[in-house]
Amino acid sequence: MSTGDGTTPARTSGAPASGPAQGEGARTATLGPRRTPGLVPVTETMRTAERRPAGPGNEPANGPAERAVPEPARTTAVGAFLRLLGSELGLTFRRPRNLVMLAVLAVVPVIVGVALRLFGSGDGEMGGIVQNVVGNSLMLTFVSFSFLVLLLMPVAVSVVAGDSIAGEAGSGTLRYLLAAPAGRTRLLAVKYLNAALYSYAVTAVVALSALATGLILFPAGDVTLLSGTTISLGEGLLRIAVAVGYVGAAMAALAAVALTLSVFTEVAIGAIAGTMVLVIVCQVLRAIPELSAITPYLLPTRFMDFDAVLRSPIDTAALRDGLLTFGAYIVLSGSIAWARFSGKDITS
Amino acid sequence: MTVVTQEAGAPFGAAPPSGDAAIRTRGLTKRFRGGQVAVDTLDLSVPRGSVFGFLGPNGSGKTTTIRMLLGLVTPTAGDYSVLGLPQARALPKVGAVVEGPAFYPYLSGSANLARFDAADPTAPRGTAARRVADALDRVGLSAAAGKRYRNYSLGMRQRLAIAAALLGPRELLVLDEPTNGLDPQGTREVRALVKEIAAEGTTVFVSSHLLAEVEQMCTHAAIMRTGRLVAQGTIASLSAGLAARIRVETPDAAGAARVLAGLGLPDVRAGEREVTAELGGHAPEEVNAALVGEGVAVRGLAVVRPSLEDVFVGLTGEGFDVDG
Repeated sequence: MSTGDGTTPARTSGAPASGPAQGEGARTATLGPRRTPGLVPVTETMRTAERRPAGPGNEPANGPAERAVPEPARTTAVGAFLRLLGSELGLTFRRPRNLVMLAVLAVVPVIVGVALRLFGSGDGEMGGIVQNVVGNSLMLTFVSFSFLVLLLMPVAVSVVAGDSIAGEAGSGTLRYLLAAPAGRTRLLAVKYLNAALYSYAVTAVVALSALATGLILFPAGDVTLLSGTTISLGEGLLRIAVAVGYVGAAMAALAAVALTLSVFTEVAIGAIAGTMVLVIVCQVLRAIPELSAITPYLLPTRFMDFDAVLRSPIDTAALRDGLLTFGAYIVLSGSIAWARFSGKDITS
Repeated sequence: MTVVTQEAGAPFGAAPPSGDAAIRTRGLTKRFRGGQVAVDTLDLSVPRGSVFGFLGPNGSGKTTTIRMLLGLVTPTAGDYSVLGLPQARALPKVGAVVEGPAFYPYLSGSANLARFDAADPTAPRGTAARRVADALDRVGLSAAAGKRYRNYSLGMRQRLAIAAALLGPRELLVLDEPTNGLDPQGTREVRALVKEIAAEGTTVFVSSHLLAEVEQMCTHAAIMRTGRLVAQGTIASLSAGLAARIRVETPDAAGAARVLAGLGLPDVRAGEREVTAELGGHAPEEVNAALVGEGVAVRGLAVVRPSLEDVFVGLTGEGFDVDG
């Protein structure tokens, strides 16, 4: 039922049209061979003729295929995987929707920077990290992360990861990919790597935009940390790199959750909205003091812990706990996604 | 209504040895969640090198069968083999069009083909551009190679799906309703293309509703009805299930009917100005001589061979007595 229903109208509409043709076709059946020469020029082009010699060239290769074919296939398995990943990245990073999201994320640090430059004249009303931006250009990166990491960056990541399988299922391209055969585990791995790389692209775009804006609008130099310690500009950049690594991992963990939801539906928007609902519900749960026992296990709790790099020395325990949480989410979600996807009937 | 049921391993036509089968299924069954049985103990045998028509009304389980053969749907019971190889090694040698075209609307025709080629782990990257161009050329889409799929007409989309199935050297081509949405010209081109591909030695497994088309293209056919296989074999052996009939046009229908019955022809049916009967073992000229000898005026006389459509309707339709 699930397979047939979608096309039933098309088929029924085809049936009456074929009615008269059948009768005629049955009569012309014996004439078929005589009429075919009239058809041949349509397909029998020069190139078709040229291909013929290539055919026999392939035949001998096919003869010992039983032994010969798996050999090159094995040697290029990594190459073939990278080719599919390249194709996937090409789709992701050429798709206007995904580029627009990156552009929006690049604009936010600029707006934040300009606003702080114009209004954050150091009268102390904003305080904390925000206050530090005025004194040092590098701090804008951390401020931008703290603005974006709880909502806007998760939106971008869940659009790409939530769409990855469900979008292909919804448009029907999934059945052709699997019949190619892309291989279910292989396709899932490629889809996840693609989503993880997009997560890092999102993080890097925010960081680079904030860094460039900060360097233009605010004085560069030694960085004063939250604890009051001062570090050099070079070490500040290094700490930004660590923060990018951490926030990227956080987004990649969220991508794993979105990908898992994506495996369970043929409606991409369902997986995307589902991921966002999870993110928002987690924020609500975190705000309830009675539930403090479970907050350490909620993914968004760990998103803000990138500020560990602003301690002196770096709060490696917080980073480690966060990364372990992300790893646990990736392994758990990945296992669920794989278990579901490897045995799923593709009826779309 | 009579249903010709198949015993396992005893297909309608001559059963080829299993080594020669491009597709072979044994007791293949698919029961979807909810209990609906889409395919019921299917024993299919598609000989290598054949052009095999897969027929059946809507919802008879054709597409589910094709999805199982391509590894998209897991059978509930039974087993199958494609090209006698494990699935991962067989599928690169199988080109498929399943339930109509599906592509990325924002990519061009050639970019779409490159995408699906990239998904095949055995397809060599170096020759991808040439194979994509060849496949597009083969279906007459070279001129539209750079055009976005979004702007393709239905016929062009169908052709692109066939081009995707021809990206590599294939031993088996599975075409699910390949002429859906094509204009008459396109339908003829597909037919010619299928013949050309079959002539190169590729087995073609084509599901269709267009019986006349199957009769023209195919060497073998199978007929499905509500998930069950009701007949399979060569086109000739399928038609042989129905007897040829003789039709006599005459002003004296009653007299002609009497003569035909007198000759011992079975199933004599008299109309107002014509009489038909099963020919049995009689020669048409013998019948004619008998009619003339009895003084019955004969205006026309014809032998009507059963078409595949008659077989199809007989096996799948309602209210038609196959046994005559």
